Amino acid sequence: MTNSWTDIKNTDLVVIMGGNAAEAHPCGFKWVTEAKANRGAKLIVVDPRFTRSAAVADFYAPIRPGSDIAFLMGVINWCMQNDKVQWDYTKAFTNAAYLVKEGFAYQDGLFTGYDEAKRDYNKDTWEYEIGPDGYAVVDETLQNPRCVWNLLKQHVATYTPEMVERICGTPKDKFLKVCEMIGECSSPTKTMTSMYALGWTQHSKGAQNIRGMAMLQLILGNIGVRGGGMNALRGHSNIQGLTDLGLMSNLIPGYLNIPTEKEADLATYMSTRAFKPLRPNQMSYWQNYRKFFVSFMKSMYGSAATAQNDWGYNYLPKLDVASYDVLRAFELMKQGKMNLYFCQGFNPLQAFPNKAKLAEALGKLKLLVIMDPLQTETARFWEDHGIYNKADPASIKTEVIQLPTTCFAEDEGSLVNSGRWLQWHWPGGSPPGEARTDVAIMSGIHLRLKDLYRKEGGAFPDPILNLNWAYKNPEEPSPEELAKEMNGSVLTDVFDPNDATKKVLEAGKQVSGFGQLRDDGSTACGCWIFSGCFTEAGNMMARRDNSDPDNTGAFLKWSFAWPANRRILYNRASCDLDGKPWDPSRKLIEWDGAKWSGYDVPDIAPTAKPRDVGPFIMNPEGVSRLFVRKMMRDGPFPVHYEPFESPVANVIAPKIVGNPVARVFQDDWKSFAATASPDFPYAATTYRLTEHFHYWTKNNHVNAVLQPQQFVELSEELARDKGIEKGGWVRVWSTRGEILAKAVVTKRIKPMNIDGKIVHVVGIPIHWGFVGAARKGFTANVLSPFVGDANIETPEFKAFLVNVEASTGPVA
Amino acid sequence: MVAIDPHARAAVPVPDDVEPGDAVRPGHPVQVKRYTVGARINHWITAISLVLLALSGMALFTPKLFFLTGLFGGGQWTRAIHPWIGVVLFVSFAILFIRFWRANLPAREDVDWVAHSADLLAGREEKMPEVGKYNAGQKGVFWAMSGLIIVLIGSGIVMWDQYFYDLTTIPQKRWAILVHAVAAVCIICVWIIHVYAAIWVKGTIGAMTRGEVTGGWAWRHHRKWLRELVRKPDPGARGPAE
Amino acid sequence: MFPPIPNPSLAPEAAKPTFGEKDILRRSASEVTPPAQRLTEVAKLIDVSKCIGCKACQAACLEWNNLTEEIGFNHGVYDNPMDLTPNTFTLMRFTEWENPETENLEWLIRKDGCMHCEDPGCLKACPSPGAIVQYSNGIVDFQHENCIGCGYCIKGCPFNIPRISKVDHTAYKCTLCSDRVAVGQGPACQKACPTQAIVFGTKDEMKGWAEGRIKDLKSRGYENAGLYDPPGVGGTHVMYVLQHADQPSLYAGLPDNPRISPIVETWKGVTKYVGLAVMGFAAAAGFLHYVVAGPNKVAPEDEENAEKLVDGTGAPPPAPPAGQPEGRV
Repeated sequence: MTNSWTDIKNTDLVVIMGGNAAEAHPCGFKWVTEAKANRGAKLIVVDPRFTRSAAVADFYAPIRPGSDIAFLMGVINWCMQNDKVQWDYTKAFTNAAYLVKEGFAYQDGLFTGYDEAKRDYNKDTWEYEIGPDGYAVVDETLQNPRCVWNLLKQHVATYTPEMVERICGTPKDKFLKVCEMIGECSSPTKTMTSMYALGWTQHSKGAQNIRGMAMLQLILGNIGVRGGGMNALRGHSNIQGLTDLGLMSNLIPGYLNIPTEKEADLATYMSTRAFKPLRPNQMSYWQNYRKFFVSFMKSMYGSAATAQNDWGYNYLPKLDVASYDVLRAFELMKQGKMNLYFCQGFNPLQAFPNKAKLAEALGKLKLLVIMDPLQTETARFWEDHGIYNKADPASIKTEVIQLPTTCFAEDEGSLVNSGRWLQWHWPGGSPPGEARTDVAIMSGIHLRLKDLYRKEGGAFPDPILNLNWAYKNPEEPSPEELAKEMNGSVLTDVFDPNDATKKVLEAGKQVSGFGQLRDDGSTACGCWIFSGCFTEAGNMMARRDNSDPDNTGAFLKWSFAWPANRRILYNRASCDLDGKPWDPSRKLIEWDGAKWSGYDVPDIAPTAKPRDVGPFIMNPEGVSRLFVRKMMRDGPFPVHYEPFESPVANVIAPKIVGNPVARVFQDDWKSFAATASPDFPYAATTYRLTEHFHYWTKNNHVNAVLQPQQFVELSEELARDKGIEKGGWVRVWSTRGEILAKAVVTKRIKPMNIDGKIVHVVGIPIHWGFVGAARKGFTANVLSPFVGDANIETPEFKAFLVNVEASTGPVA
Repeated sequence: MVAIDPHARAAVPVPDDVEPGDAVRPGHPVQVKRYTVGARINHWITAISLVLLALSGMALFTPKLFFLTGLFGGGQWTRAIHPWIGVVLFVSFAILFIRFWRANLPAREDVDWVAHSADLLAGREEKMPEVGKYNAGQKGVFWAMSGLIIVLIGSGIVMWDQYFYDLTTIPQKRWAILVHAVAAVCIICVWIIHVYAAIWVKGTIGAMTRGEVTGGWAWRHHRKWLRELVRKPDPGARGPAE
Repeated sequence: MFPPIPNPSLAPEAAKPTFGEKDILRRSASEVTPPAQRLTEVAKLIDVSKCIGCKACQAACLEWNNLTEEIGFNHGVYDNPMDLTPNTFTLMRFTEWENPETENLEWLIRKDGCMHCEDPGCLKACPSPGAIVQYSNGIVDFQHENCIGCGYCIKGCPFNIPRISKVDHTAYKCTLCSDRVAVGQGPACQKACPTQAIVFGTKDEMKGWAEGRIKDLKSRGYENAGLYDPPGVGGTHVMYVLQHADQPSLYAGLPDNPRISPIVETWKGVTKYVGLAVMGFAAAAGFLHYVVAGPNKVAPEDEENAEKLVDGTGAPPPAPPAGQPEGRV
């Protein structure tokens, strides 16, 4: 989230698209009901299904799964055509005025530089025109045809309301109504918030879905303001924290990168991370990258990280591919190239696509270690559960070790919520049986490995032997110790460069924030963005003061929000060019002539003059990007691509199947249904229900009572065509497998008219499996395709093809 | 025990109101066999059931009588046992019905009897017509009991939630309760009449205890029946009305 | 936001119930003297327009009341279980309705459960003294030790709420968390509700809060938005804010104009009195008759006549009409 849960109460318009907040985030959804009740805010839901969010919405518009970009580009087009743009904001705070290099072009769904064989772009032209002064060239009049604004205008011109209707199936009048409601928020005194989740991420173009809305929010002037923002609703209570700490295989904590094998030494690694400002006076905060990186290395390797050994740079693994994401991991397993897999709090046999492939891959492992508080399908993949999990245990050689762990309610630590708040929590109960904390288990493994390396040596023992492990109890470091390590501390005294007698930082003290981090080895910090969470003043995450002066929703004294306890990112953008709030009634911070101050921690240097320094301090431009340069693999502007399995051909680029740069493993191509396949005519989408949490709560009796049995949802029309009865059994199958489920026949799903073709949607909730208290069911991922987003490899769970028929149900 | 009249033996069919086991035993006084052992047991099972049902039913009918649940081991037991007693009553009465229905068929003299019922109550029994085994009043009791028991068992099943909850709707159950209550009041009134008649008409109770009444009792109250018994033919024969 | 109810104090005196026996307004099958001072009436307000159907209330109800519901089946709808049960005191009922005026689909999600009527039909119907009580704050509560499991409460209830347990044969329904309310807390469902679709307070506060909600709904085009506090049962201590208060039955059959069934009123009213009177009259009439007319005894001449008849020695002949063949009328 750029903003926070509590800030949603400040909005005038909530757009839930690519998510189902009421269903999947019911507790956070209270802030939507607050905005509605107290501000008269409106709620729009755009979704293939009339969801529980839609049940309390002011306006609902249907959309075909996987067509969000067309819809969003359509809204941007409409706003541009109808002057629903917050011009001052767009001109000053986005790169609308920046000129793009000659040579950059877009045609037939592709940008300049596409290489079909590599399924990748040469992105050289996706860049600004750089002037002789070394800065990007801008045309503040927006007249130059090469400026981002005009390129964008040209890019979105395709997405007329008629085209949106053809692609998305959203009736034109409904689409226009949504546009009008959104357009109102181009006023500086009206804001809109975007709430989204897996409905946007789980697509082969998930990142671009989100960019589409981010661009819209920028031209409406809704980023950095109260009640605005791009608000990703995180699905697990601490998935934000996990992401912050390096969930991605190509990241280290704080969104720093794992080096690639091309970056042999630190100098090379840093050479592409200089982040020189692209406009005069800009902060380009990533210029501090080296400080964060070196402090991280000191935290990892302590005294073994020295200037001489590049702070232990060689201890870090070097990536030979873009990432070792989960899809790749299972592909490697299947090929027999990955032999040992640690599943920590993870149930991939359900959580990743194409169960048959996953099970085959797991069966080729030598060792599978499961660390989980619950019994999982993954841990039992080798067990025969009849139709729900056909397996031949005798033929599976994988050794499976289950290590029971504590659950969140049984241990102490912090959880990072969607709003980036690190909230400390205390155990509410004791762990059962032999369950141990994840920290204890990992420490135990680490110490034994270290011992083995010490005794037996190995190819490269240094990273293990030198890992800094200075904890009171090495077998189980305490949550406080780990939190303090994340926050960072001073290792050696630091003196004022101008006055050698003046000690700036004292060795042994916690740093107060990432501003104190240094690249000379005098500070250590495990995760720079968390810096400030556990300072000399104590555990900031454990703060529970819920005072909120003037009811802004900031709650600055409640827990700690990264970065620097800032509740709304880019909050400088809540003020106009002179530093006065766009909407005085929703003041966040303000320039008083000398400094920035207000209800939130300013997201700018406190004394940075408003007209000098742009609000998007992390970007070398100082402004936000409508044109994203080379930073995304599938284009600087979002393009509508069909899902890999689509009931229709791409209207705007009929030859392109799926996202043209998304990675597809060779064997998986043949597991995709053909576009408009008559054998698999229905558009399927998977999702969650409020009664369950992923695959956990089926282990819990009460949740199992509330949604006991697997079902799929389909329209009354499709049910009629297929002779399917409400509450009867159906068989749903894709090229990859089949499931049997009960039929919820509903008015909430309607057939859609897609460019003259009637497309039916089949909704598949995901919560059942072959272990747990609820009735046995099939894992929904039996059906879904093994392909991910082009940028971050999130699997395409939200749009694929199936067929459906009435069934007599499982044979007992 | 023998039937006396040799003249009538051949052709006369057994009248409807002569039941198996009915017989006259000459003597002083004459004894008339009115109810067999089976009939008496049957009657008393029915009677006890009815009394228990009335007590348990009344306990649930009005809070004033809720204390009666104490007789049955408390409210829960009362609630649980009442319908089962109802079943016993129903079955028992059904057997009784099979025994007695024929004798309770209306006869010509019933009209006359009803017309003179005020005389009966006033003690002017000599003005009453001669009647068979049952007079019209007794027949009324019999048929009222029969009808009300059908109504009670029917409505009772609708109310018997433990086993039959799903078979009917709540509005139907409400009607059933009301009907059950009204029918219960009626059957209790009928029962009062029945019992009172037995008490008032001396010599009656013996019919259901010993199975016998005196000839005088029969002469006084059921003279026609007595006459029929006296000329009773072959007990195996049955009339054409069969 | 409706001000949240603070968490309870840990002090021992805070655990002392604030109401009890002395505050009983009505007691089933009993006469009680109403308390001189009535407690402030409480109410739970369920704002259907804010409800997202998450079933947190249902889960909280199971948890707080320590109930174990069976794991059922899917029946083609989101309702689970399909109906209230002795363990499910509250149930989300989902209705898909196409509004003919706007042509919009509306998914109406109503939390069903005891309404805590001011004039409770269950209490009226209950034959067992003290099995159902109504506290003067409006809570209608079942006292299981007095319940005989007859199910009359089910017939008395205009909302079809109580359910009889097959295990202990007593009736169960929402208690409005009388145990929580007694120590200054709101009901568990209210506590769990993430969107404040359920709020709890005094009845007056709830009516006031509802007014604001109705105004908001009207501003969003729900012209018939209103409060469901049905006068037919004297008002209720669980009230709904409905988008279409003119058509309560849209909401999974919420009664449009609930009242205690006239049949139940007849049964518990006139039938009881008339019935007792009739039975009493019958008994009394018999007694009087016996006293006045005396017993009907068999006279010695009757015996003689019988003997004569049996002997064939000249008993009086049958009275006319004689000579007619025997037979039925």
